[in-house]
Amino acid sequence: MSDQGSASHSARAPLLQAIGITKRYGSFLANDDVSIDLYPGEIHALLGENGAGKSTLVKAMYGLIQPSAGELRWLGEKIELTGPADARARGIAMVFQHFSLFDNLTVAENVALGLDGSESFAAMSARLAQVSRDYGLPLDPKREVWRLSVGERQRIEIVRALMQNPKLLILDEPTAVLTPQEADQLFTVLERLKSEGRALLYISHKLDEVKRLCDTATILRGGKKVATCNPRAETAASMARMMVGADIGEVKATTARAVTVPRLLIRDLSLEPDDPHGTYLRNVGVEVFGGEILGLAGVAGNGQDELFAALSGERPCANEDDVIIDGHAAGHLSVTQRRKLGAAFVPEERLGHGTAPRMKLSENALLTGHAASRMVKHGFVDRPATLKAVDATTATFDVRKAKRDPEAASLSGGNLQKFIVGREILREPGVLVVSQPTWGVDAGAAAVIRQALLDLSGRGSAVLVISQDLDELLEISDRIAVMFHGALSEPVARADATREKLGLLMGGASPESAKEASHALGA
Amino acid sequence: MLIVEAIILSVIAASTPLLLAAAGELVVERSGVLNLGVEGMMIMGAACGFAGAYLSGSTFVGALCGIAAGVALAFVFAVLTLGLAVNQVAAGLALTILGTGLSGLIGAGFVGQKIVPAPHLYIPWLSDIPVAGKILFAQDGFVYFSVLLVVGIWWFLYRTRGGLILRAVGDSHTSAHALGYPVLKIRLLAVLFGGGCAGLAGAFLPLAYTPFFIPGMTAGRGWIALALVVFSSWLPGRLVAGAYLFGAVTILQLHAQALGLGIPSQLMTALPYLATVIVLVIISRARGSAGSVAPASLGTVFVPDR
Repeated sequence: MSDQGSASHSARAPLLQAIGITKRYGSFLANDDVSIDLYPGEIHALLGENGAGKSTLVKAMYGLIQPSAGELRWLGEKIELTGPADARARGIAMVFQHFSLFDNLTVAENVALGLDGSESFAAMSARLAQVSRDYGLPLDPKREVWRLSVGERQRIEIVRALMQNPKLLILDEPTAVLTPQEADQLFTVLERLKSEGRALLYISHKLDEVKRLCDTATILRGGKKVATCNPRAETAASMARMMVGADIGEVKATTARAVTVPRLLIRDLSLEPDDPHGTYLRNVGVEVFGGEILGLAGVAGNGQDELFAALSGERPCANEDDVIIDGHAAGHLSVTQRRKLGAAFVPEERLGHGTAPRMKLSENALLTGHAASRMVKHGFVDRPATLKAVDATTATFDVRKAKRDPEAASLSGGNLQKFIVGREILREPGVLVVSQPTWGVDAGAAAVIRQALLDLSGRGSAVLVISQDLDELLEISDRIAVMFHGALSEPVARADATREKLGLLMGGASPESAKEASHALGA
Repeated sequence: MLIVEAIILSVIAASTPLLLAAAGELVVERSGVLNLGVEGMMIMGAACGFAGAYLSGSTFVGALCGIAAGVALAFVFAVLTLGLAVNQVAAGLALTILGTGLSGLIGAGFVGQKIVPAPHLYIPWLSDIPVAGKILFAQDGFVYFSVLLVVGIWWFLYRTRGGLILRAVGDSHTSAHALGYPVLKIRLLAVLFGGGCAGLAGAFLPLAYTPFFIPGMTAGRGWIALALVVFSSWLPGRLVAGAYLFGAVTILQLHAQALGLGIPSQLMTALPYLATVIVLVIISRARGSAGSVAPASLGTVFVPDR
């Protein structure tokens, strides 16, 4: 096992060593003999696909789970962490991927819950103000969390970790929900923490970020350590190969694509949210042509969920011609009626929205296919037809499952997503609206899904992809529009769309100023 | 004047068991657990409380027996819902059925017996104030305790770290677990506390309200207490107001009948529930400005991964 990254470490002692960590869940090995050394003043990346065992490893380092075998050494001494409080007491702090925040409590209360409670609430609040000013992470301690944006929520997590004055800070995919600009601000903070001599463990699967920020990278695959390397000496492709264990096929659009007529029209759509924490849609208008993929970027919570609900028919629109599917006014139609017009929808949430978790795949196929795919005969379910739909999806999209027709919840995230997207694509919809098609999906499955979307548009369908992943949109879209505060920007052709420009639009800049700013950046 | 005084005294007496039981359930629900077995724990508290007081001759011992009975039944609920992750609604309903049956068995030998009701505690000087003195400062110990209890709960929830942790567990058990708080242990303590309060509320009925025991004497008060927690939108201050409002409604129906006002008594009995439904509607309409009112993880089962 190569250990190029440690050449410069010979003089220093590691802060935390994990040696031969193994975690067994029944017969499944989540971690198999993983060793990693973390040094002060260094940002160490932990890379791997979903299910590679990254979270299990850091949970063991934070005392949330006990490893089945192996040991942790803190400054050379063997330790056993009894729980997160124990880890915090030693100087280990963690920023969680799915925030560990309490929506109905205030910022200050949330921070207090992450500390050991040895200081008074007033003293803690004062220190909170101090730390957040010091690091340029402004926060209003009295606001309740549900009022805050995703970026602000992450700030709470980071400030909470910093208030423990940690020697080791673990960050679990911190940029997954941030705009590029917010991510840049975070990197500045992380660089500063590094210069203060703290050790950072940075979990990510964004390889560009890792190359830019991290000094050492450890790569996990299938619970085992594959390599420790210097990310600056590697290419993104070489690290991706180590993560996946094979080359990832590049997605390609079919060459003979003809952009035809607009098949999905959204016209001046305004809609009040039905959820108190929702976003107003303001005069959203756009055309999606047959044969193209329109990407819809934006930070989560800017109206994407509301727009998806209005397009799919989960929420009726105010006017009949707010949404036009293949020439038919569909604003007042139900989900089923819209499906009969040839539209298909893939929501963001796989379990509970895209599928009923405890129902079998064939039953889930029926749930979206009953109207337009001849799965019901004289009012009775045609079980062979539903099973055939499952088999066809399985074969075409390489859905891996334990038996022919398992419960939806038993599939892994990537396989279930392939099933859901595949289920809709096999119906050959004229219009496909898909939200976060590859969120939390491993790179192999993501490539399959993206290729399928490209192929569908190549066959003349109009595809609208709502995604927070800019790289994904830049890879597959023909044009990209940005949602901000419930309004939609003019679509930008992919050739003109730079990360800077889209990032500024995602932060609320007007298209003109975004253009100027990106010129100034030399983009 | 005398009638007004009598009405107010009877309202206080009718409100106290509601307040005691609802205060306990408020803490339980703030921790994210929905225990629908309040009625069952109350009736067990009534039966065991009466038995304890009858056999020992002491109201205080009776009250302790009532609390113990409520805690014991709550422990059964905790084993089911926290230990075995059983559905909370089903377990709560089963608890009420169990409590109703068991209390009939325990109390069977005591039906028809009488005890000396809980003594009224006269606070020197203050109780001599005309009208107000009699109402405010010459009550039995249960009444004073119920008020102290709610003040204590308010102080605990909003002024102590323990209360903050309890509210946090009720808001998001996954976050609380990730930060290293023992979610199930905290919920266990909350459920047992709620059981004790319900048991005490039940014991109040045969020990202070009427000095004898009859099966089923809680007569739906546990359900009113549950409605009351929702009515108060999980805030201790509103809980007091709601308890006295609901208590007043149940008493006024008797006075209305006595005065021959011609309002159907069934309508009056339904009023607390009607009020709760209306409050629920108002809460959900006004949510936009107030965030989510109910504890966000209320009624959901938590299984920590290890």
